[in-house]
Amino acid sequence: MSLVLDAVGLKRGDEVIIADASLDLQPGTMNVLLGPTLSGKTTLMRLMAGLDRPTSGRIVEDGRDVTGLGVKARSVAMVYQQFVNYPTLSVYDNIASPLRVQGLAKAEIEARVARAAKLMRLEPMLKRTPAQLSGGQQQRTALARALVKQAKLVLLDEPLANLDYKLREELREELPRIFAETGAILVYATTEPGEALLLRGRTATLHEGRITQVGPTAAVYRDPANRDAARVFSDPPLNELAVTVAGGTATLADGRGFPAEGPLAGLPDGACTLGFRADAARVATQGGGLGDGLPPSGPSFPGAVSVTEISGSESFVHVVTDAGLGTVVCLVEGVHAFEPGDRVAVELDLGAAFAFGPDGRRIAARGGRAVATGPGLRQPVPA
Amino acid sequence: MADITLDGIGHAYGGAPRSEADYALKPIHHVWESGKAYALLGPSGCGKTTLLNIISGLVIPSHGRLLFGDRDVTRLPTEQRNIAQVFQFPVIYDTMTVAENLAFPLKNRGMARPQIEKRVGEIAAMLDLVPDLGRRARGLTADAKQKISLGRGLVRSDVSAVLFDEPLTVIDPALKWELRSKLKAVHRALDLLMIYVTHDQVEALTFADKVVVMNDGRAVQIGTPTELFERPEHTFVGYFIGSPGMNLLRGEVSGAEARVDGHVLPLGAAYPNLAGGASVKLGIRPDYATLTQGEGLPVTVTRIDDLGRKLLAHVSLGGAGAQSLVASVPRGMGVDLGPARLRLDPAKTHVYHDERRVEGRSLTAGRAA
Amino acid sequence: MDTRAFANRAWLFVVPVMIVVLFSSLTPMMTVVNYSFQDTMGQNNFFWNGVGWFQNLLDPTTAVGQRFQGSLLRNLLFSAVVLAIEVPLGIAVSLCIPKSGWRVGAALVLIALPLLIPYNVVGVIWQLFSRTDIGLLGVGLTAAGVPFNVTQDAASAWFVIIVMDVWHWTSMLALLCYAGLKAIPDAYYQAARIDGANRWSVFRNIELPKLRKVLVIGMLLRFMGSFMIYTEPFTVTGGGPGEATSFLSIDLVKMALGQVDLGNAAAYSLVYNLITLTVCWVFFTYTTHADQKDAA
Repeated sequence: MSLVLDAVGLKRGDEVIIADASLDLQPGTMNVLLGPTLSGKTTLMRLMAGLDRPTSGRIVEDGRDVTGLGVKARSVAMVYQQFVNYPTLSVYDNIASPLRVQGLAKAEIEARVARAAKLMRLEPMLKRTPAQLSGGQQQRTALARALVKQAKLVLLDEPLANLDYKLREELREELPRIFAETGAILVYATTEPGEALLLRGRTATLHEGRITQVGPTAAVYRDPANRDAARVFSDPPLNELAVTVAGGTATLADGRGFPAEGPLAGLPDGACTLGFRADAARVATQGGGLGDGLPPSGPSFPGAVSVTEISGSESFVHVVTDAGLGTVVCLVEGVHAFEPGDRVAVELDLGAAFAFGPDGRRIAARGGRAVATGPGLRQPVPA
Repeated sequence: MADITLDGIGHAYGGAPRSEADYALKPIHHVWESGKAYALLGPSGCGKTTLLNIISGLVIPSHGRLLFGDRDVTRLPTEQRNIAQVFQFPVIYDTMTVAENLAFPLKNRGMARPQIEKRVGEIAAMLDLVPDLGRRARGLTADAKQKISLGRGLVRSDVSAVLFDEPLTVIDPALKWELRSKLKAVHRALDLLMIYVTHDQVEALTFADKVVVMNDGRAVQIGTPTELFERPEHTFVGYFIGSPGMNLLRGEVSGAEARVDGHVLPLGAAYPNLAGGASVKLGIRPDYATLTQGEGLPVTVTRIDDLGRKLLAHVSLGGAGAQSLVASVPRGMGVDLGPARLRLDPAKTHVYHDERRVEGRSLTAGRAA
Repeated sequence: MDTRAFANRAWLFVVPVMIVVLFSSLTPMMTVVNYSFQDTMGQNNFFWNGVGWFQNLLDPTTAVGQRFQGSLLRNLLFSAVVLAIEVPLGIAVSLCIPKSGWRVGAALVLIALPLLIPYNVVGVIWQLFSRTDIGLLGVGLTAAGVPFNVTQDAASAWFVIIVMDVWHWTSMLALLCYAGLKAIPDAYYQAARIDGANRWSVFRNIELPKLRKVLVIGMLLRFMGSFMIYTEPFTVTGGGPGEATSFLSIDLVKMALGQVDLGNAAAYSLVYNLITLTVCWVFFTYTTHADQKDAA
């Protein structure tokens, strides 16, 4: 089954909840909706499921217009961030419930539940009730119920958000594989760029109810079409500096000039925003660089560390620049506990930066395509 | 202000434990120094909440003594312990303004009005609450309410410790960045002993000077973030810290060499204490296992994860039933599924026996001899 | 959030109920409306009287108007007194209910007992209880030299009716408040201990604000109950002595069934109904408005 959203919109009164969303979802694919809280991910899923009726546009299933058709008439399974299970039923009965509704034979139900329980590693817990399970087991029960239904459209709304991160790592790896075998269209909403990247497939970035970009996940990450898409796909937040380009020289707000290279090369004179993620900003201390040893390809500015965030194997150093350019977040591999107030220099890798015009769109020199260099990707990563 | 001493503190619900397994918290000896920030990190059910409840006075431990400075507070009720606590969900006084909420603990202790106002002003400034000071607390967002809870926890300067019980749970992911940084800055500014309970490694590593990693009722390692990353003393620490965690490979060690799935790997130290051919685990972080275009172990790449800023390769050591591990791909190097070469940094390869790290004997001394 | 699906035939299930409601309440109601705008000389001949009955009723200079106004003021006073006693008392009782152990069940059953007794039996109990010849209360008070006679003395009658209502209904408020108190997370109490708050402060700043919603519902229920009260005072005093305890319901029944003054009684009941609805609406808008303010 394919599902096509054709300029689907949703308005409540004058308020635009979803604006002209167009998506083409193919069977057996992973489709990620990436956006912050309240950006419209859940609403978009409800529209796909038939839980809400769009106020404009069409929803087409295998060439058949299903706009306004209720959820009961569709083949949909949904899993939520909260662990939704029937509290009085055993795990087995929870998983079997959609099959009983369908009126399947007992033997068929048993076989399907057993298979789903095995995939979700719930076999020892089948007799327990949800209250006797850990959070991860509860969510696996909800996922098994969605799996067993063999729906053609599976909607996962931040299914791992309430789990410990180690559990999240494991399930994130298993989920796409388990559901891919069913051939269903998989739609996965998340707020985390890292999660989107690990899920692969295609990603649509959302900003205030509007789809800002759609494409293969890694391509959207490396090649954001506009500032909103880049912001949504950056964690820690995208660093942004206002620059003015004139005659091959770029000038920062503090008057510092540097050669307009990388994304700024060949741009017409005028103002634009230089956006770059933490991994494009290196930290150099007086003792030498902590980056990868490559010479800086862009400007560098001194500043003081305000805080270092350590994610286990990476450190994100927040540097308040002396020149009043605001705070820049830099990535340092490994665990490096900089103290607040430490003096460092930020070296910007222009090759991995993006230029955005005043309207927020990505801009590039005429004739040249704006493509940021990734970490040595020869070809698309096999799915 | 004083140190907090855990003198053999342990707890078994229901009294007399018959075996190690009966302890919700296995006995722990440790001193928390005043002015430092500590984190209790571990998965749910690891005993970190029990330990926090013992310090706050909700749970009386079945074993050991708890000292605040020289004072034995093991059996004192919460209100006599001189602590502050911030809970998982915002606890605010609905009918009061933000300023009154912050002033409440000070007012109850009879502090003079001008001093209260000064202190409330300072704390509000640190947490960016100044514009809201006159507003009623009830109508604010969950984020703002939790900031008020944080503020109330930090407003007293005379407490022995400030306890945080997963305080960022209700905070919007986009704002967690900001609040984590804020808490760290506040700790530097206020010079209070802070204890922070969480299951999130980023919060623990970012906030704390020292992290107590807990698993199954036991404190498996107490160390700085760097120590936990570079030298995990327990396989659990290697697994739990880092995303993805440390690779653990079954193998045998003799002298300064390890044998894994038929490969011989050099180690950074000699292990004479392990009998020749002792069955151990080798631990190496993905950051120090790198694919290389030069010399290295022959491996097969089975999967590539594109994290955006870097690539991680899942590689198999070859052959049926062989173990696999996660390796990082150097910037600028191309990679495909199939055969590749892997380099493991011997100095960063640790040896674990019975899940605990074994200290090796430095090789440099041996070479010099 | 709206979770309706569009192809929904669930409303079909409601149809039988709607038909029953139509016959059981709407039809009699329309009959009352009919009576309130017409007059009759008997023989089932009716003629249009416009708003005459209503003018009569709302004009305090007429006999009916005077009666209505008297009953209304009495009833409002009764409701005010009963609320003023029962709400604080209910909160106080709920705070005294144990928080855990077997005593919780025992206390709850004991407190709920008055709620399980039928209204007219409550009336009979207190009627007997306050009799000066065989009632413990009546005999006791008289022996103590307190002038007490329910059938002769208005103050005595009011006293008994109010005490009876408090005895009968404080339990409901206590149970509601207890449920509200149980819903307050432990963290609040622990935070208060850590903040050094005293008992009064805990009540004033945590318990009372968290009980606000429960109390609004409880007050609405108790206002309605006391404003429409009939059975118990009727059993105890029959509305007397004189008109002293003739509340709206008692007065209305007298007028409609005793004196068969249909036109006046119809207008009376509609105005009575309108007052109740208005109070309901005010409560409803107040609570939803307060909720919205909270959410904002």
